[in-house]
Parts: sequence; structure tokens; C-alpha cells
Amino acid sequence: MVGIITYGAYIPRYRIKVEEITRVWGANASDITGGLGVFEKSVPDLDEDAATIAVEAARNALKRRNVDPAKIQAVYVGSESHPYAVKPTACTVGEAIGATPVMTAADYEFACKAGTAGIQTCMGLVKSGMIPYGLAIGADVSQGAPSDALEYTAAAGGAAYVIGNDNPIATLNHTCSFTTDTPDFWRREGQSYPRHGGRFTGDPGYFKHVKGASNLLMKEVGTAPKDYTYAVFHQPNAKFPQKVARDLGFKSEQIKPGLVVPHLGNTYSGASPIGLAATLDIAKPGDRIFVCSFGSGAGSDAFDITVTDAITGKDFNRGAAPSVQQLLANPIYLDYARYAKHKGKIVMQS
Amino acid sequence: MTVARFWRHLPQRYNMVGTKCETCGRHFFPPRSLCPDCRRAGKIVPHKFTGSGTVVTYTVIHTAAEQYSMLTPYVLAIIKLDEGPQITTQIVCDPSAIKIGMRVKSVFRKIATDGESGIIHYGTKFVPVE
Amino acid sequence: MRDVAVIGIGCTKFGEKWESSFRDIFVQAGALALEDAQMSGEQIDAMYVGNMSAGRFIGQEHIGALIADYAGMASRHIPSTRVEAACASGGLAFRQAVIAVASGMEDIVVAAGVEKMTDVGSDESTDTLTGAADREWEGFMGATFPGLYAMIANDYIHKYGLTREQLAQVAVKNHYNGARNPIAQFQSEITLDTVMKSTMVAEPLRLFDCSPVTDGAAAVIVAPLDRAKEFTDTPIKVLATAQASDSIALHDRRDISTLDATVAAGQRAFKMAHLTQKDIDMVEVHDCFSIAELCAIEDLGFCKKGEAGKFTADGETALGGKIPVNTSGGLKACGHPVGATGIKQVCEIVQQLRGTAGKRQIDGAKIGMTHNVGGTGATVAVHILGRV
Repeated sequence: MVGIITYGAYIPRYRIKVEEITRVWGANASDITGGLGVFEKSVPDLDEDAATIAVEAARNALKRRNVDPAKIQAVYVGSESHPYAVKPTACTVGEAIGATPVMTAADYEFACKAGTAGIQTCMGLVKSGMIPYGLAIGADVSQGAPSDALEYTAAAGGAAYVIGNDNPIATLNHTCSFTTDTPDFWRREGQSYPRHGGRFTGDPGYFKHVKGASNLLMKEVGTAPKDYTYAVFHQPNAKFPQKVARDLGFKSEQIKPGLVVPHLGNTYSGASPIGLAATLDIAKPGDRIFVCSFGSGAGSDAFDITVTDAITGKDFNRGAAPSVQQLLANPIYLDYARYAKHKGKIVMQS
Repeated sequence: MTVARFWRHLPQRYNMVGTKCETCGRHFFPPRSLCPDCRRAGKIVPHKFTGSGTVVTYTVIHTAAEQYSMLTPYVLAIIKLDEGPQITTQIVCDPSAIKIGMRVKSVFRKIATDGESGIIHYGTKFVPVE
Repeated sequence: MRDVAVIGIGCTKFGEKWESSFRDIFVQAGALALEDAQMSGEQIDAMYVGNMSAGRFIGQEHIGALIADYAGMASRHIPSTRVEAACASGGLAFRQAVIAVASGMEDIVVAAGVEKMTDVGSDESTDTLTGAADREWEGFMGATFPGLYAMIANDYIHKYGLTREQLAQVAVKNHYNGARNPIAQFQSEITLDTVMKSTMVAEPLRLFDCSPVTDGAAAVIVAPLDRAKEFTDTPIKVLATAQASDSIALHDRRDISTLDATVAAGQRAFKMAHLTQKDIDMVEVHDCFSIAELCAIEDLGFCKKGEAGKFTADGETALGGKIPVNTSGGLKACGHPVGATGIKQVCEIVQQLRGTAGKRQIDGAKIGMTHNVGGTGATVAVHILGRV
């Protein structure tokens, strides 16, 4: 049965608080913290990028379980901030975990759901017997234009999933997707920051696709929200996942462990993967987890997952790598000037 | 650093792959193909270092080369890897926190970039073990 | 093996010489040396020139030929060789000249050193100097030259203790001496405060703990001792020449704050000359950074390991002290045109031994020593010279 063999997450140490950003732009912090439910977001170090985050997440996954890197024969990295437009992050990750050269690789882009798209691809390659293990990563050092609403939430982080079918810690029972051509949020080639359709990103964007994929999955599998122990929805802020959970019939306790956005921000391609990681960090054998990502453009990938005995078995050591809560602890706060320096928002002499 | 020169040491820069002399047990990083002690009698094999070490000495760089000027002030240190060899590396930590004898472990970071359009040089730095 | 003597010396003023080119300063130093030896260029049999990096500073290689050409020797087709060992290039050039004469291969040989560092910006010169260290495993990891010596300092402080004042005293003393040396780059005395309040470069080293970027050239002429009187009334005999190497990277050394190459070269020199530290009247050491002077006087055996700080603070290395160190002002105050320094050190000792060192003269000077280091200690050249 195809499933998650091991997983790992990585979040940079630095943070900036919403009120520090509002101070600079003359906005009202409580509009953000109250309205979006986000208090602070993660910021990459000066020498971190989507590739270094992807490598750290992958290495954290491999700390938890003995996986022969030579058997990882597919690597997919999903990000909106790949360091290169041409030269795959996946190759750097493959090299850094010792999986090269017998492997296929590619970088994915699908806004915030590029990571889950990679999980689906790996599921197919493993299920069909083409590869023993595949590695799918969602990692980002997301951009938000100065003073734009996105600047309060665009964060940095990532999570990695090794997919295989020998004794997974969680089975990936089913996946389906709901995809349309919707211009809710985009970034043209060469542009520094994304643009978005404001309130249009809500119903025609996020809600339509998350509900579309979620309802499709539950119909195909024959389940209802009450059948799941936990649910993870894409979290661009705290409000959207809470609302869609309610609308679909999930309870707030179900989404609680996976709702990390209030003190992390929106890690774009890392968001759903990190939310799932936070849930797996506390899950027990038999727990059933519902996941639905969302990427602008637009689409959602939904997953039905069951945690197995292997998660507490002898082959898997959950404590060998930091949990999402541990990664969120002991942050280092930056002022806006340092934050701008870290994010390359200051125009330097070229 | 040119593309070929950086690329040929990827196993060293990304994965700390060095060598070991099986004859005398001495480890080498960067790799050596000739053991200075055993010389031709030494049997050299590849060895992947664990990435754990101890700080031997350090400084805090305030005036850096252009490529690293964005990072100042940063900690530069000589660390002794658990397997024996000493290396020069950056330690990612608050400059006031660095101490001789501190235990450190490896992390994957950007070392340098070849300008705005050139290759990004990834590699290994170290952080304190908490 | 024949005895060798220095029969002529010449040194340009050291400093930022905007109006002078690389060729200008070399020719000037060479002319001064020939004049000092009261000889003409036709009598020169061979040349050795120390230069670290004309390739990067002025895009020029093939320095041996260039120097011979501009010294007016091209038509005489003499052998002319460029020697490189980073900051020890000059010391090695001197040693090669001495060996050429001692072996009987050549009679009258010029040993010169030259560096023109200000034709490039400071970013470029800083990066070029990093080539004296291990580029692949030190420079590329973010090490700067001051950073490497700062790590030596912190290792030293950790093992032996050292106060900030003791370290700063090195620069204060050297500036005092430099103010009495007409060719020194810096002609003014400084205080401990100046040093301790200057910009931090790499903790604990501040701006005034570091030698500057300098243009300059120096030349000496060596000859068989038994012919020296043809050229000079004050021949200075080369009592010993020694050279040693060590790992290029600081992290590969046996002990970070001991330059084993200095220990080895020093011991070889004393043995060759049948002398001990007590016999030395003054020594020019390689103070590229203040900590380097402290390590040098210990590693050459002038005081015990860990005691150089107190030794210096007590004035033992000042002009009136037990063993005057860097009467020229050292690299710090005299300046450090990289390839020229080793030759300048010889010029200074020769002046002291001749009694022509003016306001910085050590009375009764009979035997002097020079100590020239490449990188963080991967090459060391030590020479002992004595009045005949």
C-alpha cells in the first residue's frame, strides 16, 4: 500500500511580528491579527533559500528512518521561490541527500500547492512499481510586496515526504484534485512580487477549489468529515482554513494540530506539507487524516490518509528530527530593516 | 569560483565526503589520496563525516570580502570534526554566543553566489548544538 | 660553500604611491642599491625578485624578465628569476641570491622585492591577499586574512592570556620606530587609545592591529665576502639563511598559535650561524598583525611561549629594550608592500649594523636577524647577518 515512509520539516529561526510591519506602513496591527489571525511570520536567514530549506527538510526526514538514498529514485521540489528559473532545486536536493545519479527529478510550480502535486506524482510512480521511493518537498521563501496584504503573511519554510510502499507510517489511501484556470493570484516571469485579485481570491479561488477537491474526495472514498481524526487545509491565514473546515462540516479540534499559520505565516508551497507534518508529529496509529491543499491559478489536491502502527514502530524514530512545534520555538525577532535586508528588499549597488 | 571548480567538490561541500586511511585509521577532510603517515602503505577509502565537531578557535568578522559583506558581523571558526580533521567554517549563531569548546553540527546553507546571474554556491556551515 | 656579504642596499619610500608605477618603484630601488654599492649595472650577474601577485595587482606576469629589462639588463641577458611565497617572497628571493653566490654559481647578485598594490581597489587587493591562505578551504568559506590571524589571537588568548593593552603595545612601539624611519609609510607616533578605539576588523583585531596596503620596492646586492671590499667599506656578512614550510591552511597546523615553520627556520638559522638568541642585537619580524609579532618573538625563542605580551608591554622589544624588534617600524608602520618586505628587513638590519640607522640606531649593533612569513605561516625565511 503506497504511503508516507518518513517526513521532515524545516523552519528558519527568524521571525517578524505583524505589528512591526504595520508600524512601517502606518497600518493597524489588530486588523491583521484580528482579521487574518496571523501574529508573526518566519523569515529566512541571509544564507537560506528554498533550496537550503528543502535540503534541511529532506535531511530531517531521513534522520527519522533508515532509507537507502540510492532507492530514492524521484525527487520533486515544489516552490514559488526556486532559486533558479532554470536549474532544478530538485537536483541540489538529490545531490545533498546522496540520491544522485539514478533518479528522475523536476521542479514544480503551482503556487501554494506545488508540494502536494509532488506527493501525487510520487504516489503514481511508486504505485505503478516504477520506483521504490520518491521524495516530494514543498519549500518556499515566499515573496510579498512591501505594504501589500501579503507582506504580513508571506513566510519561509518547507516539509519533505518520502513516499513508498514498504511499511509506511501512514497510508495514502486516495488522492484527487480539482483544477481550473482561475486568475486569483499570479506572478509574471521576472517580476519580484506576486499580484492578486483581492477579495476575488476568496470564493472563486480558495473556497471553490478546496471545497471542490474535498467534496470530490469524500464522495470517491465514501467518507464524511466525522470519519477523520484530523484535517489539514491550506492556510494562507487562519481564517480561510477555519471557515472552509466549518463549511465542509469539520470541527475546530480536527484542524487544530495542523493549523500552524498564526505563528508561522503562509509558507506557500510549504504550507499544507508543514500542516500535515505538524499533525503527523502528534498522530497515533489508526488516526485518519484529511488533507486539502490549495494553489492559486488554481487547484486543490485532497488526500485521505491513515496512520499505521509503523509510526510508533521500531523502524521509525519520530524524535530523531525536530517537530514543527520545536521548529517554531525559540524564534529570533527582526525589525523591518533587518527583515528587508534578509528578504532582498533593499536595492543594492549592482 | 568558476563552475567546474565548484562542481568537482560538491561531495565535499554538500556532504562532507572525505577519505580515511584504513591502515592507520586517520581521517582526512578535504580528502587526501596519500596518507602523510603511511604514504604508499596506506589504504585510502572514501569516508562521509558525521558533521559533528567542536570549536577550537574563532573570530567575528566585521570587514569581509565583498561576497560575504552582507553577512557581517559573522562568526568564522576552526572546528575539530569528531573524526579528527580540523576545518575552517562559518558558525551560524549570535556573535556573542560563540565559545571555544562549543559543540556544533553541520547545516546546509548558501556559501556565496557568483553575482546576480551566476551560479549559487551551496555548502556546509555549522550551528551550535542546543 | 663561500661566505656571502651584502654590499649594497636600496629602499624606496613605502606608501600609497599614486604617481609611481610598478616599473618606476623597482627601478628606483635598484638604482639606490647600485649607488650604495658604488657599482654599475654591468657588474650584476643575476637577479632574484620577490613579488606576490603582480598578476592580480597589475595584470602582469613574467616579472623576472620585466625587472631585468627595466633595470637596463635586457641586452646583457642575465638570469632573472621571480620568486613567490606570498608575504615571504622577499625573504625567499634573498635566500636564493645568497645560495647562488654561496654555491659559486654567481658572483654579484641582486635580491629585490616589489609590490604595487594600489592600482586596484581595496576589494580586489583584499581578495588577492586571501590567496596567501588556502583559497579552496579557508577563503571560500568566508575567511579573510585578518580573520585567520584573529583566530590565532583567540587561540593564543585562550591558552596563555593576553590583555588588549599588551596586544596594542606592538603597534604603538612600531609606530614610534616608524616615526624615526624616513622611508616608513606612517611617520607619526600613536597611543594605546588610538589602537584600541580603531574600527574592529575581525575580533579581537582592530584596524591598528593590521598592517596597511602599501606600494614599495627594495633591493640588496650580495657578493662573495672575499670580494666585498671592492664595493663597500662596510660589508655585512650573511651568517645564516634558513627556510621552512608548513601546511597552507591554519586549520591543519599542529598548534594554531605557534608557527612551527618559524620555530624550524629559526633553529636552523641559529645552528648554521653557531649562535643563540643572546647573540642577536635586533630582529625584524613579520608583524602583518600585532599578534604575529608576539608569536614571532616567542617562536624564534626570544622569550617563552605565552610571555611575549608582558615582554612587549615591559618595553623589552622597544629601541632601548633587551631585544629591539622591528626598529624599521615593522610591517605595521613601515608598511607592507608584500614582495618587498623581506628585502626591506635585510636593508634595515644592514643599516643598523653599519651604524646608519639614524634616530633608531641601536648602539653597538653587531648581529641582526630577519624573519619573513608567508600566509599564516606556511613559509618562513630567517636570516642572520653580522658586521664583519
